[in-house]
Amino acid sequence: MTTDSQALAIRTRDLNLWYGTFQALFDVDLKIKQGIITSLIGPSGCGKSTFLRSVNRINERLGYVRINGAIEVLGKNIYDEDVELVQVRKQIGMVFQRPNPLPISIRDNVLFGYNIHTQGRRPSYREQDDVVENALRQVLLWDEVKDKLKSKATELSLEEQQKLCIARLIPVKPGVLLMDEPCSALDPKGTEAVEELIWELRDNYTILIVTHNMAQARRTSEECIFMLMGKVIEHTATNTMFVTPAQQETADYIEGRYG
Amino acid sequence: MFAETALNVRDKKVQGLFRLIFGLMTVLLIIPVLVIMGMLVYKGGSIITIDFLFTAPTDGMTAGGIFPALFGTVWLVAVALLISVPIGIAAAIYLSEYAADNWFTRIINLAIINLAGVPSIVHALFGVGAFVVFFKFGTSILAASLTLAIMTLPVVIVSTRESLQAVPRAFREACWAMGATRWQTIRRVVLPNSVSGILTGVILEVSRTTGETAPIMFTGAVFFTPLLPQSVFDQTMAMSLHLFVVATQVPGVPEELPFGVALVLIGMVLVMNSVSIALRMYLRGQKKW
Ligand SMILES: Nc1ncnc2c1ncn2[C@@H]1O[C@H](COP(=O)(O)OP(=O)(O)O)[C@@H](O)[C@H]1O
Ligand SMILES: [Mg+2]
Repeated sequence: MTTDSQALAIRTRDLNLWYGTFQALFDVDLKIKQGIITSLIGPSGCGKSTFLRSVNRINERLGYVRINGAIEVLGKNIYDEDVELVQVRKQIGMVFQRPNPLPISIRDNVLFGYNIHTQGRRPSYREQDDVVENALRQVLLWDEVKDKLKSKATELSLEEQQKLCIARLIPVKPGVLLMDEPCSALDPKGTEAVEELIWELRDNYTILIVTHNMAQARRTSEECIFMLMGKVIEHTATNTMFVTPAQQETADYIEGRYG
Repeated sequence: MFAETALNVRDKKVQGLFRLIFGLMTVLLIIPVLVIMGMLVYKGGSIITIDFLFTAPTDGMTAGGIFPALFGTVWLVAVALLISVPIGIAAAIYLSEYAADNWFTRIINLAIINLAGVPSIVHALFGVGAFVVFFKFGTSILAASLTLAIMTLPVVIVSTRESLQAVPRAFREACWAMGATRWQTIRRVVLPNSVSGILTGVILEVSRTTGETAPIMFTGAVFFTPLLPQSVFDQTMAMSLHLFVVATQVPGVPEELPFGVALVLIGMVLVMNSVSIALRMYLRGQKKW
């Protein structure tokens, strides 16, 4: 367990990751605090997605990924022998870069995770209705879709799809939300709406968000991590990073001297 | 402004020439199909009646109908499918959804591709050795269908696996990220979205199996038997072999008889292919992503 004054949501120790012989992460040591939004920035290909995908262990599906070091989530190393993968994924929700609603109805999308995790006892229709309404209200989508819950989720606009992808995590009650460039497929208006939503969720979840958009990182997060070529360069309060970065590389990136 | 130049004229000529060549090739392609169908209908169409379909051959197979052969082919194909489809689909699911990409699965993939390339007469010899002799099934529907099943298995596996892989990876990741197990993901997302492709592949396989001759002629199909099979341990007549026999082995067959048999055989295949295409269009219309 942690000895820090503020509880940690994610703590990594000497995390190294290889895709085959290519090393994508080098000695990543991070302490991500619980209950705040932390943003992860860095140029394309620096390992942001890779890091996120090792936190919910979705990377290991690829047979050639090798990991060493530890990732503790809420105090427990998720790579320990006695850890159940399903429980890890349940506790750590993920939002992807391209909205990926399932090709089923809006209602069924929201209920997908919920139904999987309440097996044995089939939830009543009323119960499910409440779950759907509550989740969609939390992502500010209820008013738009309440009259077409039975229609295909893939027919929604991208912005609505991305909100739905967040909504379907809520009934599973994750403690941590990982978001991999959740706004990069959206137009400016959609970006603004989803950002606003992320901000609203801050009180109930620990959020780790990858973004390419410096302004977004600045607007939404309290702490910021800068990565470069698989290494963590700097991790401080967002304001500090954007005003007085400690490392030269950070300053260069923030001023737009990398891609 | 915007007027045609000499260069444009030349380019357009070249472009027109290639268009013509490609178009001609396409026409060339459908000519054999039309000729074959036309000839079969012209020469064999007159013999086809309800009686022809539902009576047995008579007079040393120079007259009468084709019912035992029709019936036998349905049996052979049905039993072959009952064996190859469940195994093939299960193997494809394993290879696509569970197996890691390592040297072992690569060897299995190689084996499947090679199995698909084995000539059907070799399958026939294998069938005789393994099912007729070693397992003592004798020449029977079971032995013939097992031989057909082994022959179709690689194609069922490959086409099923392709349908599964066509389901976007993002759907699977969405499920995993909500804590769904592999099986829940397959059951609720991957299979429902690939079923049209899987079915199409299977039906196309059926139509191919229907016309196979070599694998069944030593393992379970016979030249002539007036008896309909009672169980999978009986021998049977079959359409493809019957066609071979009346076309080449029996003297004094009226000319329209083999053409009639061929027409029915092709008809069966065409009907199944059309069902497959219709099914695919219907199921495609149902899904959208
Ligand atoms: N599945 C994979 N197989 C092999 N290499 C990969 C894979 N995914 C990412 N990489 C490599 O790992 C590095 C980090 O990629 P990624 O984590 O996607 O970067 P980011 O999200 O910061 O743009 C890149 O060099 C990329 O080419
Ligand atoms: Mg990325």
